[in-house]
Amino acid sequence: MTSATHAAPGSAPPAAASGRLGARAEILAFLVMAGLLAALPLTGLIYPYFLMQALCFAIFACAFNLLIGYVGLLSFGHAMFLGTGGYIAAHSAKVWGFPPELAILAGLLAAGAIGTLVGLLAIRRQGIYFAMTTLALSQMVYFVYLQAPFTHGEDGIQSVPQGRLFGLFDLSQQQTFYYVVLAVFLIAFLLIRRIVNSPFGDILKAIRENEPRAISLGYRTERYKLMAFVLSATLAGLAGSVKALVAQNASLTDVHWTMSGEVVLMCLVGGLGTIFGPVIGAVVIIAMQQYLAGFGQWVLVIQGVIFIACVLAFRRGIVGEIIAFAQWRGAEKR
Amino acid sequence: MQSRTITALLAAVAATALTVGSATAQDNKTVRIGNLSDQSGLYADLGGPGSTLAAQMAIEDSGLVAKGWKIDVIAGDHQNKPDVGTNIARQWYDVDKVDVIVDTPNSGVALAVNQVTREKNKAFLNSGAATSDLSGKACSPNTVHWTYDTWMLAHGTGEAVVKSGGDSWFFLTADYAFGHALERDTTEVVKANKGTVTGAVRHPLNTADFSSFLLQAQSSKAKIIGLANAGGDTTNSIKQASEFGIVAGGQKLAALLLFLPDVHALGLQVAQGLTFTETFYWDMNDQTRAFSKRFSERMKNKMMPSMVHAGVYSAVLHYLKAMEALGGNPGDGAKVVAKMKEMPTDDALFGKGTIRADGRKIHPAYLFEVKKPAESKGPWDYYKLVATIPADKAFRPAAEGGCSLVK
Repeated sequence: MTSATHAAPGSAPPAAASGRLGARAEILAFLVMAGLLAALPLTGLIYPYFLMQALCFAIFACAFNLLIGYVGLLSFGHAMFLGTGGYIAAHSAKVWGFPPELAILAGLLAAGAIGTLVGLLAIRRQGIYFAMTTLALSQMVYFVYLQAPFTHGEDGIQSVPQGRLFGLFDLSQQQTFYYVVLAVFLIAFLLIRRIVNSPFGDILKAIRENEPRAISLGYRTERYKLMAFVLSATLAGLAGSVKALVAQNASLTDVHWTMSGEVVLMCLVGGLGTIFGPVIGAVVIIAMQQYLAGFGQWVLVIQGVIFIACVLAFRRGIVGEIIAFAQWRGAEKR
Repeated sequence: MQSRTITALLAAVAATALTVGSATAQDNKTVRIGNLSDQSGLYADLGGPGSTLAAQMAIEDSGLVAKGWKIDVIAGDHQNKPDVGTNIARQWYDVDKVDVIVDTPNSGVALAVNQVTREKNKAFLNSGAATSDLSGKACSPNTVHWTYDTWMLAHGTGEAVVKSGGDSWFFLTADYAFGHALERDTTEVVKANKGTVTGAVRHPLNTADFSSFLLQAQSSKAKIIGLANAGGDTTNSIKQASEFGIVAGGQKLAALLLFLPDVHALGLQVAQGLTFTETFYWDMNDQTRAFSKRFSERMKNKMMPSMVHAGVYSAVLHYLKAMEALGGNPGDGAKVVAKMKEMPTDDALFGKGTIRADGRKIHPAYLFEVKKPAESKGPWDYYKLVATIPADKAFRPAAEGGCSLVK
């Protein structure tokens, strides 16, 4: 699970302090997160449906973070993968009568396929041009979904059947569905952690830090970037597919460019390039939208203010600042 | 040591972010009404805050609070997005103890809420949405469609226009459930009256610039440009059509759905001569005038009620009557709606009426024409009654809707 390059806590040199917890702390934090999420719906304090949505967005944000946090590529079109996953899963479940596991698989593969096409075009450029290419392509995808008959335009695909997972679990039971979503989230989370900590992940980070140098070391960075892009798109598609089944609808909201912006915000608030950051960020943003919904359009203004505050005051995001604080404390003690 | 601190911090952050929730005790004489509407967008004037006020007034006029009932109304903004609307509806039913959702303009959202309401066995009293599918193929034992629908609009306005010589049509249609239903129902009427439809162009919901759509409509050479849209979209297309000189060029506009706030927004200069169908106008009789005066005094912008507001008032009043007859216990939505259908309706705004098995509320409809500026005697004096369509002719016969509840 962990790679030898990351030293135990306490002895971490400042150079390696770029948003990484010690391996032991990370596992502990993961267990706490999993336990907390497993226990929460039992307390009855929180609406399970809200938690499911938050978890779907957490997968989405983690997928996005894989790209921006570890390869340094800012995609401004990730909504197209979320939306594609959602539309394909919803359509295949409703019209073709797919069981949920196949519907999710279909959504995920479709997002991966679009991710490959978009990735092939987009990774040829860097920085702002990369962001603009992905934005442009995602707007094209948006208008296709606006006009395509199977998406039903503004109405979206409504009353998507939830069905039985593997013919066993009745997903229309909220409790059952919650634990399925939780399992999907934890698997996706561990998968991303595995990718980040693998030799492949190390090369991604090398590309983030200094691409010409990675090239000079003999790596064909384009291939690595494409691979990371496709992985990220596929996982975003997974989030979209699960979300479509949870909400029982797929709509234009999920492909709109504001969704691409929202995921950037989630990662920023939580902490870019930290493994837990996007999860916290997603929960915070979704909770805000949920509990501030009474303010109507003002939610966007509030989000904007938080974005500004985040960029000005705590650039590393919630988790990033916590890690930095812990490392600073650790350094003080020594 | 260090790792434990981090863990604790993480847990604390997660916990504070997540620990919000609510649970309230409920006895059987507590009713909560949710006004799920467009609170800030293009339909906010015809529904929105006015519908909350209308529901509030119905609660007061029911007299149930004096008898010890606890009834309140909360509002939500669906932003014209079906996914947002579904989320709010689901949360209201699951967490916030809402028993009945009212208003809900935007047919796309209404169809989604219709579905959720049926799943959760609550009640849905729709006033703002137009699609005739709510009492047709999407009908539900938990839903009453109160004020108007696309079939009524098509037959009221469409028939009148074709009979006065407007026999070739081109549609400007809002591209979602409502526009499609209105275009479909009007096309049927035009064809049944030996008229022709030369074409249609679909525009996105909430469009600011209609120029390219209007130019297509203009070049179609159809005598009538049928506006199958609503609210801000209708006022925008009428204003821009007048700027393009379409009406001056000999083509006529048929606003298939026009509300009082739309006419107010357009002004009589632009709106004069438009013919359209509604089921309520504030200046019909002493009772409607008295209600509208009370309503307008309590509105922030002193607006007169639209037919949607009137529908919300009337629907909530009837719902509470059924509630009283049942002695409380709003939990079983289908049972309450069944009671509503059993009891004849009677209120100051729509007069006597009934609710059909398919959930369609039946009352007369009126064909109005917008007055010329010279004819208007004062503020909000906008309509001239052209014809009254009796209740039994105003709505689609139950057998033709394809509703599974009709035997």
